[in-house]
Amino acid sequence: LLWDETHFGKMGSYYINRTFFFDVHPPLGKMLIGLAGYLSGYDGTFLFQKPGDKYEHHNYMGMRGFCAFLGSLLVPFAYLIVLELSKSLPAALLTAALLTFDTGCLTLSQYILLDPILMFFIMAAMLSMVKYNSCANRPFSAPWWFWLSLTGINLAGALGVKFVGLFIILQVGWNTISDLWHLLGDLSLSVVTVGKHLTARILCLIVLPLTLYTATYAVHFRVLNKSGPGDGFFSSAFQARLSGNNLHNASIPEHLAYGSVITVKNLRMAIGYLHSHRHLYPEGIGARQQQVNINACFFLADPLDPSFPVEFVRHGDIIRLEHKETSRNLHSHYHEAPLTRKHYQVTGYGINGTGDSNDFWRIEVVNRRFGNRIRVLRSRIRLIHLVTGCVLGSSGKVLPKWGWEQLEVTCTPYLKETLNSIWNVEDHINPKLPNISLDVLQPSFPEILLESHMVMIRGNNGLKPKDNEFTSKPWHWPINYQGLRFSGINDTDFRVYLLGNPVSALCAAWGPGLSQVLLQGGGQLLLGWMLHYFPFFLMGRILYFHHYFPAMLFSSMLTGILWDTLLRLCAWSLASSSLARGVYVVGLLSLLLGTAYSFYLFHPLAYGMVGPLAQDPRSPMAGLKWLESWDF
Amino acid sequence: MKRIFFLDGSGPPFGHMLLALGGYLGGFDGNFLWNRIGAEYSSNVPVWSLRLLPALTGALSVPMAYQILLELGFSHCAAMGAALLMLIENALITQSRLMLLESVLIFFNLLAVLSYLKFSNSQKQRPFSLSWWFWLMLTGVACSCAVGVKYVGVFTYLLVLAVASVHAWHLIGDRTLSHVRVLCHLLARAAALLVVPALMYLLFFYVHLILVYRSGPHDQVMSSAFQASLEGGLARITQGQPLEVAYGSQVTLKNVFGKPVPCWLHSHQSTYPMIYENGRGSSHQQQVTCYPFKDVNNWWIVKDPGRHQLVVGSPPRPVRHGDVVQLVHGMTTRFLNTHDVAAPLSPHSQEVSCYVDYNISMPSQNLWRLDIVNRESDADVWKTILSEVRLVHVNTSVALKLSGAHLPDWGFRQLEVVGEKVSRGYHESMVWNVEEHRYGKSQEQKERELELHSPAQMDVSRNLSFMARFLELQWRMLTVKSDGSEHKYSSSPLDWVTLDTSIAYWLHPRTSAQIHLLGNVVIWASASLATVVYALLFLWYLLRRRRSIRDLPEDSWLRWVLAGALCAGGWAVNYLPFFMMEKTLFLYHYLPALTFQILLLPAVLQHISDHLCRSPPLRSLFSALVVAWYSCACHVFITLRPLTYGDKSLSPSELKALRWKDSWDILIRKY
Repeated sequence: LLWDETHFGKMGSYYINRTFFFDVHPPLGKMLIGLAGYLSGYDGTFLFQKPGDKYEHHNYMGMRGFCAFLGSLLVPFAYLIVLELSKSLPAALLTAALLTFDTGCLTLSQYILLDPILMFFIMAAMLSMVKYNSCANRPFSAPWWFWLSLTGINLAGALGVKFVGLFIILQVGWNTISDLWHLLGDLSLSVVTVGKHLTARILCLIVLPLTLYTATYAVHFRVLNKSGPGDGFFSSAFQARLSGNNLHNASIPEHLAYGSVITVKNLRMAIGYLHSHRHLYPEGIGARQQQVNINACFFLADPLDPSFPVEFVRHGDIIRLEHKETSRNLHSHYHEAPLTRKHYQVTGYGINGTGDSNDFWRIEVVNRRFGNRIRVLRSRIRLIHLVTGCVLGSSGKVLPKWGWEQLEVTCTPYLKETLNSIWNVEDHINPKLPNISLDVLQPSFPEILLESHMVMIRGNNGLKPKDNEFTSKPWHWPINYQGLRFSGINDTDFRVYLLGNPVSALCAAWGPGLSQVLLQGGGQLLLGWMLHYFPFFLMGRILYFHHYFPAMLFSSMLTGILWDTLLRLCAWSLASSSLARGVYVVGLLSLLLGTAYSFYLFHPLAYGMVGPLAQDPRSPMAGLKWLESWDF
Repeated sequence: MKRIFFLDGSGPPFGHMLLALGGYLGGFDGNFLWNRIGAEYSSNVPVWSLRLLPALTGALSVPMAYQILLELGFSHCAAMGAALLMLIENALITQSRLMLLESVLIFFNLLAVLSYLKFSNSQKQRPFSLSWWFWLMLTGVACSCAVGVKYVGVFTYLLVLAVASVHAWHLIGDRTLSHVRVLCHLLARAAALLVVPALMYLLFFYVHLILVYRSGPHDQVMSSAFQASLEGGLARITQGQPLEVAYGSQVTLKNVFGKPVPCWLHSHQSTYPMIYENGRGSSHQQQVTCYPFKDVNNWWIVKDPGRHQLVVGSPPRPVRHGDVVQLVHGMTTRFLNTHDVAAPLSPHSQEVSCYVDYNISMPSQNLWRLDIVNRESDADVWKTILSEVRLVHVNTSVALKLSGAHLPDWGFRQLEVVGEKVSRGYHESMVWNVEEHRYGKSQEQKERELELHSPAQMDVSRNLSFMARFLELQWRMLTVKSDGSEHKYSSSPLDWVTLDTSIAYWLHPRTSAQIHLLGNVVIWASASLATVVYALLFLWYLLRRRRSIRDLPEDSWLRWVLAGALCAGGWAVNYLPFFMMEKTLFLYHYLPALTFQILLLPAVLQHISDHLCRSPPLRSLFSALVVAWYSCACHVFITLRPLTYGDKSLSPSELKALRWKDSWDILIRKY
């Protein structure tokens, strides 16, 4: 078991077990892994705990084989793309060889990872786009339609595996726009024909991928119908869908009324219920009153006087919340909160429901689509403190030991509408009201889709690098500055190390630099490389070396074309044609042999090695530590 | 005014210097606290002259808007419209009446655009004439001033550069010009638009560093070398320290990375707890931490592993790159040590401790190899302040590193120091430099403790070159992080276009007179509308031109494109980048973009009247509508006037009536 296999393998198993999980990437890649595992007879029982574990009797070869198969398809794809773009067989062969002998690509494709699947879809989209460009002289013919819709399908695949697929969409989009611009300028075509072209592209490149992309989510939510580790990331209404969750098939009163017993959940936090307990804030932290933090417990929405007829709580009502266990009121005042000094402290105050004027809160419904009443699960509510005008919210900070390491609850005077200050009612008990099944409250598919995207984006933004840690920087990647350790640290471990073939990296580093020379075929590839590389400079999230590999594919193809052209130019500048041919062939062969030899040297990195570390002269890798920063 | 060094992440010092110039001319001595919003200015503050410059630049923006529209080829009427709109924009008035930099920035932005237009118009008539050179140079100067006031000025600079390079590209394609002449044109542009701004930018910093030569509150952020170049502060201590670190030297070691806080390598009597809260064990040896305050426990003695004495021999034997040393903690005489025990908070790294011999099978591993990172040759000597060094442990090849985590209470909330494998890669948090330094003279521990308590004194002075100081200051400015991400009046860029936010600047201590940053709603809405109309029309014309349908004559098409490139483009480059910024944003960040939008508004109106209103009655109707709309804007201006000038105390009901949007934070006193 290596590196990120712990995540993606595990997620494959979740599909087989149909348990719900959460990941920052879209579901298609993991779904395919799960499918491959299912078809090959894997039963989803392996735990995927930590790198270095043994698979033992579990049948994992299906999943690995599937990824490896997609990874191996990259080579023929690259060959075909370069052949189509440059019309030069040697260039295509050179590209194919560069990719075949690339240790990094090989390492990535061997294991259960998303990258081979992503790269497969990217290359397939590129190939079908190139193919479709070459049918441009026969518009609306069968191959034209075939390649166009295939491009759309592959785009959906790329985006469905990782959001990085967006870059290939941009590339195809750019290609399409410039294509349409040319058609528009062609005055021999009628406006109607141009309109047809436009519609065909909208259909195949926008509508089709979007449909497929949405369809993957539909399958995702249909398959994963059991409660699992991902529940807490989603809202209460969402959780009601999952069997095994305590909200599933529950039946509770629909609208909130005075006298109801409720739990209140924060919309932002993973698992955050408004909570209080019989512990006071310690000395020196605001007022010494009962703590209120985030965790699970009960509150009572009480009337000023429990009147007999059922009276529903409405938007804008003034309410008091009484803690059921300790019968103290939710209270705030002008004391600073324990951790977030700019906010006010929230406490439990009063005895048996009698407190003071600081216990009054105005309840507001943010999404008033369901009317002014407060609906369980679906209504998003804000609680505004009447005296100070602040909003009840969570700062997301963890209280120290005296607060049992629960999350801090504050009252923020900044009236910004963030998820931190929005709550919804989850459990609800009121004997006077009829119970309804939660099924009617279940969110519709578009709502689920939107919510899961919000959660994914938030998850992605949360992956921030730490200040004092060494992190991989985008400029490290093209020069192979440092690899990525897949498994094993000590000399007795089985070690796999992700590192590109240094010789091809050396050739490729020239590629983007010099390729302005060849505008036609190279231009597309250069654009692809730039689109898959430069955005990483702007990303705030934590980056790894393997993020470079889609760009690496483009740079390899560029390299193939570039060296072919360069050698040709060199050869032609020499006079006699037989000599020129000789120089050309020798040049190509030496490049091929160079990469092959370097692959021979470095192949233990990809296939795994045991033995002393490379610093040790007894190691088989001794002398190969060409850069100080390689640590295999 | 007080010549005290400070660091402001929002922009280079030119803007601050301009404000200071106002104060200087008004005879201000700098003695005011500026600590509380709403405080009365004391009599020694020349408020009038301090506020004069922003007000002047704000006022000058009005005629410049007029000029820009004229130079763009629009009528006097449209130009007048632009100027009048600028005149009644409440937000611009508020911003330029106070000691703020936005109006200065807007002024230079407009000046850059105006002088570029003047330049490119004189290009057609008399290239290389005196006025041609003047406007070209002024473009460069205005651009650098804009960047010098605030970093966001760089967007306007880039826009002007882009337009200039498109024009230059046309120039290259012009076959009527000789090669030499084209070359001259290109060189002149490169000199004025690239070289001059760069030089000006350096000049701002040069003047800044000459003016602020005293140490101040932001010293800590800078490196030791920089601090030593300021008068007072660290320089008072380090002045006259011996330069070369020798065996027996007493030193304090400061972390170069200095995040989350600048700190010094520190140790004290307390030991690591035997068992941590999470059940892991430690070596129970003496803690080594990084401490953000000066302390006698920050002193370490550099010792030669081969000898026993802790004093500097005579002559002193300097420590060189690659030498193996031991570090002895001055107050406890224990050796800096690391071993294969997980660090308290970063279990993947090694624990660093001061070795205590418990007579168990844990030998001391206290040899460190000195690795001077910024060495010029491999024989370099370890220098005080100047040398940045890594201390690499000989046995385990880990480097001493600041992990950035705060230790819990047992470590007195000081910062954790760990040993991290050198092979993990180079990071600045592994680099240290000697700050305080003296040659140790006392052999006895008691005497040495006394010596450690007494301040160091000797006499050699050293100064950093301007370029080194500039580069460091620049780097720190760009990487400085603002802490408070939340502010009562902060807003997101999406709120700006619709004016969904306001900032309360001031409230009279007794009455309800108040100043708010609030825009003229009519102008904001119609300016945004104009941008949309422009974009749609532009797209429409572009597509039709592609089909060879020419709606506009060629020259008015070019004028239309240029107006769009500068005004709509100016709005886009000054607005869209804010979506990617992570700092706290306020409504006033939108004002530069708004000015460009206001410039676009009359241009679009004139275009509609000239080209889309075909018949004369339609045209007169349109003019009448424009007049009605303008009077509406005037009315809004007058209604919001009390909040702009803050000169009139309004009753609560009047204030409530002014609160047109729920999101406006108008302050209403409760009596």
